[in-house]
Amino acid sequence: MTTQTNRLPAGGIVDRSRVLRFTFDGIAYDGHPGDTLASALLANGVTLTGRSFKYHRPRGILSAGSEEPNALVELRTGARREANTKATTAEIFEGLESASQNRWPSLRFDVMSVNSLLSPIFVAGFYYKTFMWPAALWEKLYEPAIRRAAGLGRASDSADPDTYEKATAHCDVLVIGGGPAGLSAALTAARSGARVILADENFQLGGRAIDDASEIDGQPAAKWVASAEAELSKLPDVRVMRRTTVFGAYDGGTYGGVERVSDHLASAPAGVPRQRLWKFIAKRVVLAAGATERPLVFGNNDRPGVMLAGAVRTYVNRYGVKPGHRAVVFANNDYAASTVQALAKAGVEVVALVDSRTGPSNEVTAIARAANTRLISGGVITTVKGGHAVKGVVVRTADGRSISLTCDLVAMSGGWNPNIQISTHLGGKPKWDDALSSFVPGALPPGMTVAGAASGALGLGDAITTGSAAGASGSAPVAKAVNESTAITPLWRVNDCSGKSFVDMQNDVASGDIELSEREGFRSVEHLKRYTTLGMATDQGKTANVNALAIMAELTKKSIPDTGMTLARPPYTPVAIGALAGHHRDKDFKPSRRPPSYAWSKEQGAMFVETGLWLRPSYYPRAGERDWLETVTREVNTVRNAVGIVDVSTLGKLDVQGADAALFLDRVYMNGMKTIPVGKCRYGGMLREDGILMDDGTVARLAENHYFITTTTANAVKVSQHMELCHQWLWPELDVQMISATEQWAQYAIAGPKSRDLLRNIVDKEFDISDAGFPYLAVGGITVCGGIKARLFRLSFSGERAYELGVPARYGDALIRALMKAGEEFGVCAYGSEALAVMRIEKGHISGPELNGTTTAKDVGLGGMVSTKKDFVGRMLLGRPGLVDADRPSLVGLRPVDRSERLRSGAHFVARDKQVTAANDDGYMTSVAYSPSNGHWIGLGLLKRGAERTGEIIRACDPVRNIETLVEVVSPCFVDAEGEKVRG
Amino acid sequence: MRITCPCCGERALDEFAYYGDASVKRPDIASPTAMADFVAYSFDRVNAAGPHRELWYHSAGCHLWLVVTRNVANHEILNVEPARDVARATQQLPTPGRGSA
Amino acid sequence: MGEYSIFSVAREALRGHSGWKPTWRDAAPKPDYDIVIIGGGGHGLATAYYLAKEYGNARVAVLEKGWIGGGNVGRNTTIVRSNYLLPGNIPFYELSMKLWEGLEQDINYNAMVSQRGILNLYHSDAQRDAYARRGNAMRLHGVDSELLDQSAVRQMVPFLNFDNARFPIHGGLLQRRGGTVRHDAVAWGYARAADRRGVDIIQNCEVKGFRIEDNRVVGVETSRGFIGAKKVGMAVAGNSSRVAAMAGLKLPIESHVLQAFVSESIKPFIDGVVTFGAGHFYISQSDKGGLVFGGDLDGYNSYAQRGALPVVEDVCEGGMALMPRIGRVRLLRSWGGIMDMSMDGSPFIDRTPIQGLYFNGGWCYGGFKATPASGLCFAHLIARDQTHDVAKAYRLDRFATGHAIDEKGMGPHPNLH
Repeated sequence: MTTQTNRLPAGGIVDRSRVLRFTFDGIAYDGHPGDTLASALLANGVTLTGRSFKYHRPRGILSAGSEEPNALVELRTGARREANTKATTAEIFEGLESASQNRWPSLRFDVMSVNSLLSPIFVAGFYYKTFMWPAALWEKLYEPAIRRAAGLGRASDSADPDTYEKATAHCDVLVIGGGPAGLSAALTAARSGARVILADENFQLGGRAIDDASEIDGQPAAKWVASAEAELSKLPDVRVMRRTTVFGAYDGGTYGGVERVSDHLASAPAGVPRQRLWKFIAKRVVLAAGATERPLVFGNNDRPGVMLAGAVRTYVNRYGVKPGHRAVVFANNDYAASTVQALAKAGVEVVALVDSRTGPSNEVTAIARAANTRLISGGVITTVKGGHAVKGVVVRTADGRSISLTCDLVAMSGGWNPNIQISTHLGGKPKWDDALSSFVPGALPPGMTVAGAASGALGLGDAITTGSAAGASGSAPVAKAVNESTAITPLWRVNDCSGKSFVDMQNDVASGDIELSEREGFRSVEHLKRYTTLGMATDQGKTANVNALAIMAELTKKSIPDTGMTLARPPYTPVAIGALAGHHRDKDFKPSRRPPSYAWSKEQGAMFVETGLWLRPSYYPRAGERDWLETVTREVNTVRNAVGIVDVSTLGKLDVQGADAALFLDRVYMNGMKTIPVGKCRYGGMLREDGILMDDGTVARLAENHYFITTTTANAVKVSQHMELCHQWLWPELDVQMISATEQWAQYAIAGPKSRDLLRNIVDKEFDISDAGFPYLAVGGITVCGGIKARLFRLSFSGERAYELGVPARYGDALIRALMKAGEEFGVCAYGSEALAVMRIEKGHISGPELNGTTTAKDVGLGGMVSTKKDFVGRMLLGRPGLVDADRPSLVGLRPVDRSERLRSGAHFVARDKQVTAANDDGYMTSVAYSPSNGHWIGLGLLKRGAERTGEIIRACDPVRNIETLVEVVSPCFVDAEGEKVRG
Repeated sequence: MRITCPCCGERALDEFAYYGDASVKRPDIASPTAMADFVAYSFDRVNAAGPHRELWYHSAGCHLWLVVTRNVANHEILNVEPARDVARATQQLPTPGRGSA
Repeated sequence: MGEYSIFSVAREALRGHSGWKPTWRDAAPKPDYDIVIIGGGGHGLATAYYLAKEYGNARVAVLEKGWIGGGNVGRNTTIVRSNYLLPGNIPFYELSMKLWEGLEQDINYNAMVSQRGILNLYHSDAQRDAYARRGNAMRLHGVDSELLDQSAVRQMVPFLNFDNARFPIHGGLLQRRGGTVRHDAVAWGYARAADRRGVDIIQNCEVKGFRIEDNRVVGVETSRGFIGAKKVGMAVAGNSSRVAAMAGLKLPIESHVLQAFVSESIKPFIDGVVTFGAGHFYISQSDKGGLVFGGDLDGYNSYAQRGALPVVEDVCEGGMALMPRIGRVRLLRSWGGIMDMSMDGSPFIDRTPIQGLYFNGGWCYGGFKATPASGLCFAHLIARDQTHDVAKAYRLDRFATGHAIDEKGMGPHPNLH
């Protein structure tokens, strides 16, 4: 037995042969495929669907589309719970669960509706005038209470289990909206051979022609729509996208869209996303998004059962549902009179047609007469009776009498607002059209044409004509249809009503709030919006904004266009954050770059650390080691006493060639690069033009006109971009070329006293790597492992005898395995970024914490490298007084006075006898490590006048960790200060 | 926005990296007013609300630096040129054919 | 025009709120003033208020080309904090925080100053140490800060992605006194308070030029005629370069677009402000229930109040990476504001080379939280012709002298600050 007491026996485009079961607030109902939740609820006689935001007034279904302010539900449950879902757009599916929101304990008996009794207090802006005393109570009492009452639905409590994806589509013509105008445009565009995308937010095409059960080409509109769809589906370059909302216009012909791929299903099929974000790149756009009906503003116009007239027709014609049994139609225009016909046809008694105009047109009179409906011309509804549902209305007639009418449905129409939002996203200001009493598109985004109701052409015939011409200019109308009469005399609000007259229903902004706003000086539309929260709800004011503006215009005695218009901002309708993020979440938030040793390191059980996008091995724990420190200490000791291997492929690498390569590098680096002999390397530093140190690394001269440079891992991209700029923009006359080779070379550092011995096992015999033949800072092309081309650099970051060996990246995995095997006899170990950092701190080499974008070369002890003999980037501004101030913090080494104490980066330095205050802040600890070589913690820091303070005992203050340590200022080099070990 | 790279064709904005004003020219370090010139070059900007010549880098493409003329009041792109061609023209150097520089 | 209180609201409720008066007078321009402030945004209105209240200047006008509060004070993500790193910044922003803490009682307007905390997450040892450095710098200045480890963060915001993140959350730097303020109310509250002390707030009055005689400003040409002034202060965020150009000045500023976002209203679950350290994303939830969030600048010069779609995606990607439960929450509105980005990411409150003409600007995207201190310090500078102690670093010539205040270490690239 069906529960659908209000379902018409025939008509509409729902499939009555199938039944879908769903629940609302735990009660089971039936519906049919083709129903929205709203149409199915109405079919079941459910009209109370929610509570308003502030006053918790009972609310029902106002509209039949995405403009719905009232009928918002929590759809689905658990991790898939979707708050604030519009019942008017949600398609039902078998097993759908929905619940009303913003009420407790139940929709019918909502405790918070007490707010409605307090509504004389809770007017617009009352917060700003109260809750100020005593101040301490705001966070403790007032605000928590406000926050408890805030919000409508509840977000899911757990991670969204569904997937999303992104796609881009290019087309000649993007048609936004699949009503008569949009279909006509798509047809003429497609017939002219254009690549066309037609997107409609609805799941069925046809728009108002279906809602109004109109005739096109002398047949029911549904037939014409079906034939248009059939033709479009046969054309190869046409893509029809239902359930796809174009939500925003962006610069460069880019339009954002969201396709609800699986929202109409109980769950997304495997491998199919819930939603898909589209970027449409369109040469031309036809905006055919239709129009939205305006409510009328009168007493208790928010009661469940007060609906937009067009929505009433939609429920009857599209869904085969009677939204009530006794109706009153209230309108200020001709178009709405057709509602009387639709209701009469559906067997609904229409008690009266209340037309606010004094001289109704012949059409209206004829319709009323034919339906045997009482026409009250010049009348207005002053109030609606009933609480949870409409019970009747009070009409004030033209001669001032009050008439009470009993009814359970009020169909209202205040006219239509063209859906111009997308046309204004790029700043185009809309124009006011007096005849329509609404805004129409003004200056349009490049390539856009507007057609049909969106352009103000409300009649069906005009929609087809303008759509046809917009699709391909000069096209004749693709079909014939008559224009309905849409004559209107504005009625912006009914005066002297009883009960609140709502303008923005969801945010509970009533006509009186607009008056208050005006009284208090919030007269600009932006002030009105912000003071009253008008138009800020989930419906974005689609049914509220123009009415509010017109009321403000009346109050300020200005014209509507002079009063202004708030600009629409994307998105056109709200878009799930998950769809905008796509698959970029969890581990796939960003790509992962894996160094060549990744697979091998993983096999070894290495721990990895995120370094930018890289996942670098940080240390290689072995069985029996208690913690990271023990592992890292073992790795450092192995390097210092035998040999270790670390993957340094993440360093940026640039290949620089050309007759002017030397001159070019001289201008990019602060130190001289022209004088490097072929076959040698040099350490170098680069400045920004403002004189601040940008990066450091090595420069190897492979041949007269061929250099190979390395950068830090962090700055690889930045340096490459910078050097290209220097070449292409500053010095295009130089004959030099460069290319990033970071990913082309796998590079390992082999460090430790036994490093040469290890290398001897894999470097092919014909290459001399003796200290005489291959001294410190040498570089050369060699082969390894029997003929594999490689480059060998004698460079050291650890301070030990060390080499960097580079091979084409495809050999990277094989090389780490070969190196480890070759080193077995010497007790080799792999080491990670942690041990690398420990050893560089022991040597006092700078890294990220010192190279922080605010230090000069001199600050970090590299002042001696800065050339005074040439121009280079940063040379001039390096000399500004602030950068050469002797008081600037400079690099020092630090060790705890009590050698058993641990040091912490980020601690600030204060002289021993001074108070720990900002005035005595002398700098901070940049890097720390436990030094196995020294047997205690060591640190590097930037200390005011650091160079003069060697031997001084200072305080390292770390209040956020509640630690203070006495430290001694020492040289920043803690191991082999003479630098003898690197030479062997 | 979409930028038409002279080398690669029309591409989406996220392929490009922005640098800044292309109307400033790196001064001569030997000039007697070099310090003031470098300060102005590095820090002072006209920042008008109209056509703006600016440097963009096709970072996810061909690595060409571009001088884009763009109306910053409405994001309309008026012209795109390879930066090296602009620089060569300013320095009155011959502009080699595409791809050979 | 009486005091605002629950009693005045109750009294008005009994007579249909018919007795409320305009929040500020809609003043017509007088021929001349002692001080003219250009810009009826938060900073301009606050400056006027403090000029009247602290420095006894009543002959003050604020000129606004549109409607007050229409610029960045009404288009931001409402965050207030003083968790800065550098000595040039901390005392200034801390003064601002202290002024926020007493603001509502001072101006008799509830701006909903809500100190629910700001938590900056860190995702690596290096970030932790950088936050330790910052937190310690704050503590040395007497500003509250706490360094939290992962478990403390988990306790505070258990719904973040702790277990399956590309960049795991290791902990965070917390300033409990940070929070949010109802942004529009700041403009309206200062306007009302300034108006009550006699300041003329003149809307729809666009400045078209300066009248300068012997290198001294004597007034401004406006769309409503010439207005004489002994001193003129500029506080025109988003238009700084354009207005300064009318006085022949070139500034170390580029204007950029920053987008911000708000979701549909949902039942509150995020208490304070959370910033993601491994992506471009920060978020809070308003007292109405909307998630208010944002990310980085679009990254190119712009005077158009709109951004690009890739940046919207980038921000939402950060959001989903950090809190994957918001996937089904819908983005309601996005907008772009124009930020006057200085060359080091820090602002200016300074004299100009023209006598009697003062400049306040370059606030980047941090101007909102600075509103009270900016107003007070600018008022101090204009009234006394002396720099306020906490604003000493905000000089226009700091680039020439090499004293940039570069919190991020990005150098003279405004789009990277």
